[in-house]
Amino acid sequence: MPRVGLMVTCLNDALFPDTGKAVVTLLRRLGVEVEFPAAQTCCGQPMVNTGYVADAVPLVRNHLDAFAGCDAIIAPSGSCAGSVRHQHGMVAERSGDPGLVRGVENAPPTYELTEYLVDVLGTTDVGAYFPHRVTYHPTCHSLRMLGVGDRPARLLRAVRGLTLLDLPGDAECCGFGGTFAVKNAETSIAMGNDKARHVRETGAEVLVAGDNSCLMHIGGLLSRQRSGVRVMHLAEILASTEPVITGRAERAADPTSVGSATPEAGTAPREQETVR
Amino acid sequence: MSGTFLGTPAFPTAARAALEDSQLRRNLAHATATIRTKRGGVVGEVDEWEQLRLAGEAIKNRVLRHLPRYLEQLERSLTAAGATVHWARDAAEANAIVVDIARRHETDEVVKVKSMATQEIELNDALEAAGIHAWETDLAELIVQLGDDLPSHILVPAIHRNRAEIREIFLREMSRAGRPAPADLTDEPKQLAAAARAHLREKFLRAKVAVSGANFAVAETGTLTVVESEGNGRMCLTLPEVLVSVVGIEKVLPTFADLDVMLQLLPRSSTGERMNPYTSTWTGVTPGDGPQEVHVVLLDNGRTDVLADPTGRQALRCIRCSACLNVCPVYERTGGHAYGSVYPGPIGAILTPQLRGVGSDPQTDSLPYASSLCGACFEVCPVRIDIPEVLVHLRSEVVEAHQQASRVPSVQDMAMKAASWTLSSSARTGAAEKAAGWGGRLAARIGRTAPGGRNVLGAIPGGPAGAWSDSRDVPVPAAESFRQWWERTDGGHRDDGGAGNANGNDGGNGDRR
Repeated sequence: MPRVGLMVTCLNDALFPDTGKAVVTLLRRLGVEVEFPAAQTCCGQPMVNTGYVADAVPLVRNHLDAFAGCDAIIAPSGSCAGSVRHQHGMVAERSGDPGLVRGVENAPPTYELTEYLVDVLGTTDVGAYFPHRVTYHPTCHSLRMLGVGDRPARLLRAVRGLTLLDLPGDAECCGFGGTFAVKNAETSIAMGNDKARHVRETGAEVLVAGDNSCLMHIGGLLSRQRSGVRVMHLAEILASTEPVITGRAERAADPTSVGSATPEAGTAPREQETVR
Repeated sequence: MSGTFLGTPAFPTAARAALEDSQLRRNLAHATATIRTKRGGVVGEVDEWEQLRLAGEAIKNRVLRHLPRYLEQLERSLTAAGATVHWARDAAEANAIVVDIARRHETDEVVKVKSMATQEIELNDALEAAGIHAWETDLAELIVQLGDDLPSHILVPAIHRNRAEIREIFLREMSRAGRPAPADLTDEPKQLAAAARAHLREKFLRAKVAVSGANFAVAETGTLTVVESEGNGRMCLTLPEVLVSVVGIEKVLPTFADLDVMLQLLPRSSTGERMNPYTSTWTGVTPGDGPQEVHVVLLDNGRTDVLADPTGRQALRCIRCSACLNVCPVYERTGGHAYGSVYPGPIGAILTPQLRGVGSDPQTDSLPYASSLCGACFEVCPVRIDIPEVLVHLRSEVVEAHQQASRVPSVQDMAMKAASWTLSSSARTGAAEKAAGWGGRLAARIGRTAPGGRNVLGAIPGGPAGAWSDSRDVPVPAAESFRQWWERTDGGHRDDGGAGNANGNDGGNGDRR
């Protein structure tokens, strides 16, 4: 069996652990035995994109060490997968360390989650069930740096019960952009507000994307606006399955239940103070 | 607004003014969306668009690899065709050459074809200082000039203005510069164009000297090319006795056949047209036809410095189509003035710092950060300039320049060092996450619950957290990180037990089976 390493990404690790758990659940359901190399930390993208290439070198080295021995790496993030694929070579080159350059060249292939599901496992129907109105935001790095194309949409269309709504101006950046969100906060928020407005126009209950960083930004705006729209990582939707009938009362009472949402608990908007 | 970008504040501050101007934002959003749609339509018609882009990239790369050879060839061809070639190292030299030519012809005015190179060197100011009026004849440039304004777009310099504003400018200012606008002028495009036409016609017929730039300069034949929409440029290129063209050295193309590729790429990317209405080409002097004295000023002004940088030099492939501006979500919100340079938008954010030199001032150094790195600019660039790559590269140059200039590390330097140290070890990362988890549990008590059951925090005053939380709720760190969960449950193989939820801060836990 191939050794598949989960690159959970530092943001998911600290802020959105459910996304990582969802990937584990999903891959196991599809017959993939997934490992979590505990030595992993961050891919170094925040340093590179802020101009601190030298400070990214130890992170790239650590990444290579952590995933050595894996046959493939899967990341539930277009941005971090893109960083590994498109920036690690440059960081290694600039470090002047030929060993690091060789290490990057010989590193296992890194896939964004939907690429792995569609291209490697050859599946678009992952057996998920999610009875909600959903709209999808194709994050810039998934869309343009990796070119994941319609893979996420194909996966979402195969989810039972899910209604996929078109997002106006979907390909436009939400304005997160890593440190851009802080360095140019006002422009970032202007971009994000337009994205949030488009999301609300769709009438979706849930905004889904393949990157929690962008969702943190858009979700932060939607939440501040008391929009009632929740944001979820694509992996969490794909990991959701039809509930088992037993224990249903207990699950319906659990306000944090995501993956095992019952139709009763799920179809009603969770937030009472919905403003439209 | 005065006639110079000097003193423009750093991008985040300059952007704020634009973001607060709702009229400006409406004008920009409407105009860029219109051009984007048109471009998308005509580009979509071309099956081999990607091959054309690759061909355009290859031609420009060949030019940059052998720039001295092609420039010398261009000089020989131009001279043989009866033109006079001048070399200008910088703006001052180029301006002095043009002023000198105008003076020799004892004229106090020149008509101008829209040209980014002459904007870059601020030629109009230099001519004005020498007592020579420079009249812009491109409609949008005329609006900018009459309004004592600055250009805010490469192709549509007055993109930030709407019809009502243009009417006001014409009524107020045209009489100052020549034929006044009719008193009953409305904001109908037809009427505005007629007023401009009558105003400009006087100037075309009177001027002895014209100044232009060039979109392309063919080394093989000595042919210069200008593409335009209105025909005003052609009036300048054909009517006056003397023609001076200021041409950036990167504008050279090896052969006439290379125009085949470039003239397919440029109009589609630029105005969203299959072909622009007017394409003028001229080769030196043609006796009895057109200007009988032709000068070409080959301008460096920082370009050889750009060429010396293997990553940054791709910016010299730029053919000034402005497609990157029209798709850029940052440009769409802030407009061109916020970039503090004649080259705004994504290309300005990489070209301007390179031409001026990174580390020269805070405004220049803010430009590589004026992007969310979304990559839309690279996707539309007809000569495939990887603008995000150059932006990131220039950011590292900015950081290095600052570290060299100051022995005291900045707050950002220290934050990045600390983050690098923490994140290069999983043990240190885990410890930091535990601390954040404790903080998160405390924070959860003062936060509120967002849809989906997650705890969030509202506005936090001051610092980067304040910049974030001013309009966005902040997610509270998870009480249990993924790595803690993995360790505790052996990767989910041991019973979860809902420990994450026990802390009231774990927004659901996937598929519990």
